[in-house]
Amino acid sequence: MRIESHPILTFKKGRKVKFTYNGKEMEGYEGEPIAAALHAQGVKVLGYSPNRHRPRGFYCAIGNCSSCLMVVNGKPNVRTCVEKLTEGMVVETQRGKGDLK
Amino acid sequence: MIKTDIAVIGGGPAGICAAIDAAASGARVLLIDRNSQLGGQLIKQTHMFFGSQKQHASKRGIDIPGILAEEMKKYQDKIEVMLDATVLGLYEDWVLTVEQNGKYKKIAPRAIVVATGASERFPAFPNNDLPGIYGAGAVQTLMNVYGVLPGESVFMVGAGNIGLIVSYQLLQAGVKVKGVICRSPKYGGYAVHASKIRRMGVPIMPQHRVIYAHGKEKLERITLIKLDENKKEIPGTEFDIETDVLCISTGLTPLGELLWQIGCEMKFIRELSGHVPIRNEEMETSIPGIFVAGDVAGIEEASSAMVEGRLAGLCCAKRLGFVNPDFDELKQDYLKQLHDLRSGPEGDTIRKGLAKIVI
Repeated sequence: MRIESHPILTFKKGRKVKFTYNGKEMEGYEGEPIAAALHAQGVKVLGYSPNRHRPRGFYCAIGNCSSCLMVVNGKPNVRTCVEKLTEGMVVETQRGKGDLK
Repeated sequence: MIKTDIAVIGGGPAGICAAIDAAASGARVLLIDRNSQLGGQLIKQTHMFFGSQKQHASKRGIDIPGILAEEMKKYQDKIEVMLDATVLGLYEDWVLTVEQNGKYKKIAPRAIVVATGASERFPAFPNNDLPGIYGAGAVQTLMNVYGVLPGESVFMVGAGNIGLIVSYQLLQAGVKVKGVICRSPKYGGYAVHASKIRRMGVPIMPQHRVIYAHGKEKLERITLIKLDENKKEIPGTEFDIETDVLCISTGLTPLGELLWQIGCEMKFIRELSGHVPIRNEEMETSIPGIFVAGDVAGIEEASSAMVEGRLAGLCCAKRLGFVNPDFDELKQDYLKQLHDLRSGPEGDTIRKGLAKIVI
């Protein structure tokens, strides 16, 4: 969900762009973090931990904690809380440590 | 290899102010930040600041980076800003390694101001890693910077200033705040912030803690327990609350990795919320030429971080021979501002902590 009106803030949004999340087409704003675009559409589980396969969401939102790692354009371990969304990005849930292709 | 007089690591309130004062003294400064814009955590603070005019009191946090950027413009021939740049290491030969846009860069400064800030603490309870459990800073970032709501209802853990302020900001954004808990018999933040959320019907519940989070893929429910005056759990007092977001604001801890790496003498100071570097009143650590400012030197407020930054920048420049003509006057002014910010009962803890670390 996005904030439509706010007593103090106005939000500068980039242009609308399309990206895919696990193959499904989604929309977000260019330049916002990938995790924010996903969160706005109700996606909270971003990956699964390497050993016990526990669901992972984001936690710190400033690139500190590594809880939000996903596979982006085939590259694993991308911190989606700080990585900016661009047109046509391919975003996938990461399971475990990820593989370099 | 990029050469500069002073590298300032971290472009939050402390780092920007350090860069300004170092440049004003005549030094060339490289200000490095891992984000795409300067301002650190100020960019999500919608509340008005306390302190005095000199630290931009009664301005909203979100407006302060703009004010400081304006001031920085005066020294644009002296200050170079490096954004989207993460400092990876600080080595014994004083080489800083930096990653910027996928490239590895090396910087050789003659002196350094470390203003890396802090990270959030995390309480231990089963399932504390479930999606839906966020740091208070993350909720602020999501909501105030990107305009995205964290969820439908929020329960807040921690009633210091951050917990209270973020609760209010959630209400402003239209999110239901189900309650705020803290372990102590009284909330830790300022009364003005507590009253604001109480007036809006949010219960502040002292002497409680979270003992369990429930949910399969994401948070659905939490279990709380009551505590006695000594923060010991009272058996049989457990109860559940349904919520899709649990917001954690149980404090911050200094991000001192670079100081450890270069070998600054560090000490654990509870009152300053973690390991902090031993330093003198000019903010110089045990390694001459390495200065600190802001939360990395001990968790405090943005107002004191800005003054510490100015002091560190001023003194760091002097260390290299760039002596501001008004050095003595400025230094005394900054020390007095810090003294004033830390006076009164609110500053008790900080003063106790500093007495153990400033030599």
